[in-house]
Amino acid sequence: MKRLTLLAGVIASSFAMSAQAQELEITVTNLTQGIYYTPILIAAHNTDVDMFTVGEAASNELQAMAEGGDISGLSALAAAGNADIVENPAAGLLAPASSTTTTLNTMDGNSHLSLVSMMLPTNDGFIGVDSWMIPSESGTYTFTLSAYDAGTEANDEIINGGGAPGVAGIPIAPGNDAGTGGSGVTSMEENTMIHVHRGSLGDDDLSGGKSDLDNTVHRWLNPVARVTVVVK
Amino acid sequence: MKRLNSLTVVAAFLSTLTLVGCSDNDLPNVAMPDPVEPMPVVNYRYQVTVINLTHSQPMSPIATLLHNEMNVWEIGMPASVALEQLAESGNNAELLTQEFVIAGESGEGILMPGASETIEVSTMNSPPQMLSTVTMLVNTNDAFSGFNAMDISNMTVGESISLRTGSYDAGTEKNSESSASIPGPASGGTGEGYNEARDDVNFVAMHPGVVTADDGLASSVLTQAHRFDNPTLAITVTRIE
Repeated sequence: MKRLTLLAGVIASSFAMSAQAQELEITVTNLTQGIYYTPILIAAHNTDVDMFTVGEAASNELQAMAEGGDISGLSALAAAGNADIVENPAAGLLAPASSTTTTLNTMDGNSHLSLVSMMLPTNDGFIGVDSWMIPSESGTYTFTLSAYDAGTEANDEIINGGGAPGVAGIPIAPGNDAGTGGSGVTSMEENTMIHVHRGSLGDDDLSGGKSDLDNTVHRWLNPVARVTVVVK
Repeated sequence: MKRLNSLTVVAAFLSTLTLVGCSDNDLPNVAMPDPVEPMPVVNYRYQVTVINLTHSQPMSPIATLLHNEMNVWEIGMPASVALEQLAESGNNAELLTQEFVIAGESGEGILMPGASETIEVSTMNSPPQMLSTVTMLVNTNDAFSGFNAMDISNMTVGESISLRTGSYDAGTEKNSESSASIPGPASGGTGEGYNEARDDVNFVAMHPGVVTADDGLASSVLTQAHRFDNPTLAITVTRIE
């Protein structure tokens, strides 16, 4: 009985530890050959903050990030929940096969990590970590991410500068390697919940066809990103 | 239970007695030179079993190597010429004889979809730190699969590590998928293999997959059957000695 009590004490204290202040070194690697990531938002937060949930509809803030790369809304949302925040660690776009590393010091109670960034060129594709529980034990933790679709915009694959929420089209192809004159792959977004992205179609006609994307450059297979978290 | 306990006690007691007896029989401790014993030969032997998980992508002869330093590839860095040769033509000879390779072994031949093969690789005396395995998806321009520099320094005999690997693009040849550029059976084996010219991004990344003629790349010699998704290989590494 005494031993049981002691054990319970140990467990309780280790749970408590995970909610204590920690120093994290976070590296994000773009694993793709031809997709760029817009300024990344990383936050350590309590369980009341939720940037997105797969299978549920995107918030307006997530939509703005996924369609136009605008992280200000999500960042404000996290800040309102007393999150520890890193904005734009790559100082701009994270190019294909590039990495960025940043340090995040967390406050007591900010026990979960979230991360988001839009994938370009896509209509509303993004990478995300949704409330990963930060381990209390020091060490290096690595995981990979799949591409998500915010479900807020039809994947027409037309590059027209459309980046504002609710405006059709892709803002830009940062590699300057896309076409023009596409007639549009689809005008429907039947699954309006956040889901795993089905991938871009693209075509082999840079001055017409359905898509402005190049099918030999702008497709991808999962995983599309690697995240390494060093808990100090 | 009680009997077991007392047996254990007896056994422990006996072993103590034996030990004591031994030391009693020892000669007085006279300073004598230790006989020079030859260093025992220690083998570090690993079995690597590879399963081709794809529908229609034969794998070039599997290259497996032990090393203590270096990466066979790094995301974002240009491919070495040795990796470029493997990824464009399936030829692993250069890769297995690089300076940093302690021991390198090749599979018997092409590993067909659905097939598996076990390769052994070993070294003597000092424990190797890393193991890498790499192979080309031959119905592609420059796709390869495998793992890079797995830390095996703490593997004990009998221990296994299993993993599934995704596919990478060497970034050294544009993914035209043309008949002239695919060395595998999709082109009848007539397509070009290695070419030292680099006409692609010149860094290693994850492979975007093949498009194929059936899915909108008119110039492609590939069909829907050659498409693949990750993972492409299942690999088990076992230290057997």
